[in-house]
Amino acid sequence: MSRQSEFAAALLDPRQACPPGLISANGADSESRFAVYRNNVLSSLINALADNYPVVTQLVGEEFFRGMAGVYVQSAAPRSPIMSDYGADFSGFIERFEPAAGVPYLADVARLERLQIEAGHAADAQPMSAERVVELLSCPTLAAHLKIAFHPSLRLLKSPFAVVTIWAAHQQKPLVAFEPRAAQNALVLRNGLDVEVLAISHGAHAFITSLQQGLPLTAAIERYTDLDLEHLLGRLIRHQAITGLLSEQVTQ
Amino acid sequence: MSTALFLATDTRLPPRAGLGLKAEHFHEVLQTQPDLGFFEVHAENYMVAGGPFHHYLGRIREQYPLSLHGVGLSIGGEGPLDVTHLRRLATLIERYQPQSFSEHLAWSSHGPVFLNDLLPLAYDQASLDRVCEHVDQVQSSLKCRLLLENPATYLTFEESTLDEPHFIGEVIRRTGCGLLLDVNNVYVSCINHSRDPQVYLDALPLQATGEIHLAGFAEDADSLGERLLIDDHGAPIANEVWQLYRKALARTGPVATLIERDNHVPAFEVLLAEARQAERLLSAAGARP
Repeated sequence: MSRQSEFAAALLDPRQACPPGLISANGADSESRFAVYRNNVLSSLINALADNYPVVTQLVGEEFFRGMAGVYVQSAAPRSPIMSDYGADFSGFIERFEPAAGVPYLADVARLERLQIEAGHAADAQPMSAERVVELLSCPTLAAHLKIAFHPSLRLLKSPFAVVTIWAAHQQKPLVAFEPRAAQNALVLRNGLDVEVLAISHGAHAFITSLQQGLPLTAAIERYTDLDLEHLLGRLIRHQAITGLLSEQVTQ
Repeated sequence: MSTALFLATDTRLPPRAGLGLKAEHFHEVLQTQPDLGFFEVHAENYMVAGGPFHHYLGRIREQYPLSLHGVGLSIGGEGPLDVTHLRRLATLIERYQPQSFSEHLAWSSHGPVFLNDLLPLAYDQASLDRVCEHVDQVQSSLKCRLLLENPATYLTFEESTLDEPHFIGEVIRRTGCGLLLDVNNVYVSCINHSRDPQVYLDALPLQATGEIHLAGFAEDADSLGERLLIDDHGAPIANEVWQLYRKALARTGPVATLIERDNHVPAFEVLLAEARQAERLLSAAGARP
């Protein structure tokens, strides 16, 4: 094993003794010096997670969160120096983390917070003006084959819990009471420089998903008939979610 | 090694004080336009596709010189450099045209794992050759001169055959890179390893200094109950570090100086006061014959 392999392995596993051959000039126990590196690695990674998952932290308390994040860090050290990517699968870990089972919605709140990080750093794109969207949609010959291009930051989440309500309750002080057990869908996007989180209906979730997958607008409208289309399109326009309306060639 | 510079046309940071740019200060910087020599950013924070980080850095870059400071290249690593990461750095350099690019004499990645800390390396002939190869590779692929930062360390290695300032001196001599003199790191390491900071400073090739870092440290104790200083960038700059900075400036002359604060970030005004203190010492150093 190379010097740095030993060092790295001992950093991530506190049960291991510190590697041999380390010196403290004053003769202090090298374990106490190695502990500084171990603590730097562990606490910097836990801090990175705590920064990215503030509501998850509030839901379980700081102490529990740091304990849980510590177990995660030891099982899933970063694979990239880009720390905004770290913890992308933290929600999956939380779902399997037995001691957190008492907060069944915790993993979905983590998913929602992760989507906000992704939306915040997603590529920039110029939204289409409301006037232009309305103009194109009102032209019957064009509208029939239009495909909607969404802002690159747009993300969707489907949850059996009231994930948006839970998240929103934690944006206020004091914390607002919430009822977690109502299925809810979230739409996350960056509007200008601000990340926004909206609760959307099941129908809207399915509709937007199908448009993201490339279904032309008219086909999506035919498929999801129980949808308040005007309301939904109004919301998407207001939140600057639409960046393009592309006219599709009909291939049949 | 000679390199065609890929950095901004004025390829030096002004010999003034600068601050690390924190997201919580984006607005204030744009609104108040503080009188500072430059801003410094951690390259890895800007390795994202879009959004507010690029928006604000783009606007601030229009008004200030920029220092790009990497924390993830792992120049002291046993393995090869991550060429994907080098490409990301090249993209940032091309986009923002910083006046300076710097990295650390440390390692932070091993195999596929990134450890998010600046880890120490043994100083021997093999590691010297490897670090020089890595610095050559960085400078040729980024087409710029690298400033290499002296590390803060908490232990040393039995197999080391060179002391740190001589190791750094050799890297600078062989690769033509510059020195990012972190005065706080000099102080922290010297206390931790029972060395005299002045002797350490005198052994460094200070004529190659392209930038200076100043920061605060945390106090801990080791198993003997002796002072163990932690480079946590979370406190005001200590008096001992200011004094050492003055001594360094007497040797280097005025050099761009960064006030680093990454933890317990105080109000912007508090950081500005430290920058002004550094500027007073810079002016004094410039006035000296």
